[in-house]
Amino acid sequence: MNNLVKNIRWAIGSASLGAILLFGITSVSVSVADEDESNEHEQHEKYERGEHERAEQAERHSTKWKQDKVYAAECSECHLAYPANLLPAESWKKIMANLDDHFGENAELDKSTTLHIANYLQSQALPIGKRSKWSRMLRNLKDKAPTRITKLPFFIHKHDELSDDMVKNNPKVGSFSHCNACHKDAEKSMFDEDTVSIPNFGRWED
Amino acid sequence: MKKIALITLVFTSFGLASNNLFATEASDTLIKEYQTEGAKDFSEKAGKTLWETKVEDRSCTSCHTMSVKNTGKHKRTGKEIKPMAPSVNPERLSEVKKIRKWLLRNCKGTFKRECTPQEKGDILTWLSKQ
Repeated sequence: MNNLVKNIRWAIGSASLGAILLFGITSVSVSVADEDESNEHEQHEKYERGEHERAEQAERHSTKWKQDKVYAAECSECHLAYPANLLPAESWKKIMANLDDHFGENAELDKSTTLHIANYLQSQALPIGKRSKWSRMLRNLKDKAPTRITKLPFFIHKHDELSDDMVKNNPKVGSFSHCNACHKDAEKSMFDEDTVSIPNFGRWED
Repeated sequence: MKKIALITLVFTSFGLASNNLFATEASDTLIKEYQTEGAKDFSEKAGKTLWETKVEDRSCTSCHTMSVKNTGKHKRTGKEIKPMAPSVNPERLSEVKKIRKWLLRNCKGTFKRECTPQEKGDILTWLSKQ
């Protein structure tokens, strides 16, 4: 019996060592796999959080940015009712205080309508000192209360690749002031590149 | 019976034609208001003349074209302006607030001054027959 044990001792030892090693390796690989899985899970969660944040931001933008019937009706009698968030509050203040000389035209309104529109514009104006999708509009701004959207450095930069044939000499556009000639959702303050279509030229891709 | 109807129709048409053809409650209200502000009888002819009067190369026709039955175009913004003649655009002269607003803006913008009650009444009288 002792001889038998002696003879197979080597085999038993190898088998036990093998078993221990095998167990060790398995647990290590399992834990590695676990880690991989938890990493993946974390990444996914992060991604989902990002998506969620983006969705929330979009919603905040759409719920925060309101259109106003009086503003839209009054101002669109002569031109596009430019989205309030394209200019800072100070700009709108200046514009509303000078309606009798509105870029060379008389655009006077009665007191109550003026007040209504002025309040609306103040509430929806482009915030200064607060990050938003529209903060880019304030880049390199020299005048703190600019009144012409088309003169904002950011606006000029964004449109500098366009030829005269596309805008000024384009009978269906004519001027940069006609946002909605190319940006179909301009009145809703949507200017994303994939919504741009220049009459007689088609989709614009940067 | 038919005869009576026809006679009524003829008389009604005459009645309308002799007054301002497309006068509205809004234009009547303003006409009365201008009279209380000192205006005398209103003249269609004076209204048309004023409509076509040029000041610094600008007149009402600059945007509204030579015929108030045409679609006009804003000189500066290029925005389409629906015809002013109530005969082709029944929405015209239907709102006191709108008439007031545009007469104030456009007299100042075109003639560089406010129009007098007499002038405003003349224009309204002429327009309401177009």
